[in-house]
Amino acid sequence: MAEEAENIEAELTEEKKLENLVQFLSFTLGDEEYGVDILRVQEIRSWEPVSRIPNVPSYEKGVVNLRGAIVPIIDLRERFGLGHLEYSPLTVVVVLQTVTDLGQTRTMGVVVDSVSDVIDVDKKTIQDAPNFGTKVSTEFINGLASVKDRMVMLLDVEKLLKIDTLDDEDENT
Amino acid sequence: MSIDMAQFHQVFFEESFEGLDIMETGLLNLDMGDVDAEDINTIFRAAHSIKGGSGTFGFTAVSDFTHVMETLLDEMRDGRRQVTQPAVDVLLGSVDCLKEMLTAIQGEQEVDVARVAEYKKALEVELNGGESEQAVTDEPSEPSTIESNTDNVTNGKNIWRIAFSPHTNLLKTGNDPVRMFRELGLLGELTTTVDFQGVPDFYDLDPEECHLSWELELISDVPESDINDIFDWVEDECDLAIQRINSEVETDTSAFTEEQVKEETPLSSPKEVKTESSKKDIAPAEKPIKKVAAKSAAKTSSSIRVDTAKIDTLINMVGELVITQSMLSLVGEQFEMNKLDQLKNGLSQLDRHTRELQESVMNIRMLPISFVFSRFPRLVHDLSSKLDKKIELVMVGEHTEVDKTVVELLSDPLVHLVRNSLDHGIEMPADRVAAGKPETGTITLEAYHRGGNIVIEVKDDGKGLNKDVLRTKAIEKGLIDEDANLSDKQTYELIFMAGFSTAEKLTDVSGRGVGMDVVRRNIQSLGGNIEIISELGKGSTIAIHLPLTLAIMDGQSIAVGDERFIIPLGSIIESINIKESMINRVAGRGETFRLRDEYLPIIRMHEIFDVKTAQATKLTEGLVVVVDGQGMRCGLFIDDLLGQQQVVIKSLEANYRKVEGVSGATILGDGSVALILDIPGLVRLSNQ
Repeated sequence: MAEEAENIEAELTEEKKLENLVQFLSFTLGDEEYGVDILRVQEIRSWEPVSRIPNVPSYEKGVVNLRGAIVPIIDLRERFGLGHLEYSPLTVVVVLQTVTDLGQTRTMGVVVDSVSDVIDVDKKTIQDAPNFGTKVSTEFINGLASVKDRMVMLLDVEKLLKIDTLDDEDENT
Repeated sequence: MSIDMAQFHQVFFEESFEGLDIMETGLLNLDMGDVDAEDINTIFRAAHSIKGGSGTFGFTAVSDFTHVMETLLDEMRDGRRQVTQPAVDVLLGSVDCLKEMLTAIQGEQEVDVARVAEYKKALEVELNGGESEQAVTDEPSEPSTIESNTDNVTNGKNIWRIAFSPHTNLLKTGNDPVRMFRELGLLGELTTTVDFQGVPDFYDLDPEECHLSWELELISDVPESDINDIFDWVEDECDLAIQRINSEVETDTSAFTEEQVKEETPLSSPKEVKTESSKKDIAPAEKPIKKVAAKSAAKTSSSIRVDTAKIDTLINMVGELVITQSMLSLVGEQFEMNKLDQLKNGLSQLDRHTRELQESVMNIRMLPISFVFSRFPRLVHDLSSKLDKKIELVMVGEHTEVDKTVVELLSDPLVHLVRNSLDHGIEMPADRVAAGKPETGTITLEAYHRGGNIVIEVKDDGKGLNKDVLRTKAIEKGLIDEDANLSDKQTYELIFMAGFSTAEKLTDVSGRGVGMDVVRRNIQSLGGNIEIISELGKGSTIAIHLPLTLAIMDGQSIAVGDERFIIPLGSIIESINIKESMINRVAGRGETFRLRDEYLPIIRMHEIFDVKTAQATKLTEGLVVVVDGQGMRCGLFIDDLLGQQQVVIKSLEANYRKVEGVSGATILGDGSVALILDIPGLVRLSNQ
């Protein structure tokens, strides 16, 4: 009997844990590891040539045809100032989507070095993004998580996808 | 289990508004003299379905109100009631009121109960009044002529109350009460109340007998003898009592309400004939509607009604496509060279079917322009009476079909143009007669196809645009220089400049000088243009040219380096190879070239779009495409022209954002994305 009760208890705690668990897709940019909410990931594709958009920041690589929709591709390395890496067939594009306030879905592809894993993170263990002042921009980082002693930076997809506002800010500064 | 009715609300509102439009159009088209029963039927049916629908959804206020309307219409339909202008005006007012109620309910706002009550009362008055008239119709006389003139009321008048009950043989002696009433009406303001209690059952009714009695009220300054004179001939054949009620009557006609009629009425159940109360109720309805409509505009639905025939064609098309596809896959399964012809046939069939399918799909989005036009009869009707002008509206080509988006975006600019024509174009009747023109002005709305465009013209035979006035006004406002040399076309286009207005005084209709610039901007945002033709004293025509659809266009693909762009075919004038001798430089930098007698600026595509792979960097090496963007001509310097094709316009903004110099993107045959150039945007970009 006692064993059974223990089992139930274990199950309950397990459930409790699950409730707090969020899944992230982790990928690497150079030596750094990032994660995005897995529910925001639409698909993972390999790099294919894009149609360049003139007169935009270099990290906005261009647009591709994704089953009839025109989808912009952003190089995250360049966006975060990590330098450019030559694209190869192994370069990965993670297609992310978000729902705007108006109820429309926006889709965007981000170029990353490689996709590593799907990680479970307990919400409670997510640490706030450290503040480096103006030295390092942490505006896209929602928080930090520790997975098997590695630090994963969790990205805010909504902010990442808001291209217009970003550029307005850029223009203003 | 309860069904969530809310999901059907949207449909109900759509249908109701459609019904209201039908009613409005029907009412405006009613010809007083010769009423077509089918017209009344249409109006009735619309009212009936609104009543039914609102009842179902529990909008009792609406269904109660519509019920009264319906009763009135029902009587008109059965011929039991004459269709009179006042009645139609009351009905029109009620349509407005219903629209207001529905908009309020749709926007989940409070219904203006007072207003509804007001209209309901007007309807009921009309209804009751009409019933007594209906009794008169049984008589061999024309009841609708029992009307009084409401005008010319001055101080010092008496109210005469006349109780007039003719004997049954009155008509047989050749006397007609109607004629007497008409004569009374000439003396002053007459209100008649008829009592038809004496009318026997239909089977017992002798049409030559008079069973009616009247209670008449006359506001007039004539002495009693004049009234007596009228009844002189029938004195022996009726019971007559003439009585003066009070000596002084207020001048205000509106004070003469039905309470006064009811007051001291000796008859047991009098029915009031009250025909004049309605007219002034109609006008004020306009404003509140606008207000509510503006609020709910954001909630416009995005559904569309499609003719079943169009769907059937579409289904047929798909059927054909499937057959072709299976044929092709059969060929492909075991392909041998001798089947090449079969394959080619199949491919050409596929090509044809795809094109047809594309056309019929586009067709679904097409709506007749009458969706926009239908609101104008009412607008012209209301505005012309407000401005005291006589205006006839002629609509030609209402069945011309345009893309739904175009239809939606076109309506505001058109309303503006028609209002302008009404207010500024058409002169007052007196001025028109003086100018030797018919008193009634004409505004023509015409829509037709020309090439791949739809042309919509707003034409009036008014006073036309005065070039000198336009010029002086523009100089006065500092919009142009005093010594500016303007062509006719340029002068007319001044009216599109912001802040330009030649109206001497502002009215609430127009004249603030805002609007025409907005109109032009709206039209241009639809990819169209607007032009004015005008002759002083003869009238003006404003023509709007619009692309048929916004989703597909003809494009010319070009190459700059290894990048592909699309130029809208409509904006290309020509493509030329230029020689060194044609090139001129302004201040050593800005490049122009001479095309016949014009110097056109050159925009180097590879420079402004920063294409590093461009092959041609010397102007003589590449091609110059002469393009026209909103009146601005320039030469685009590119590497090569590739080919023409129909391109499906895709929005860049859906997932990305607006890019200067680019109006959208499309997907090429190989699946890659090409940007569609926005010529005016490019010009702006190159000027930065």
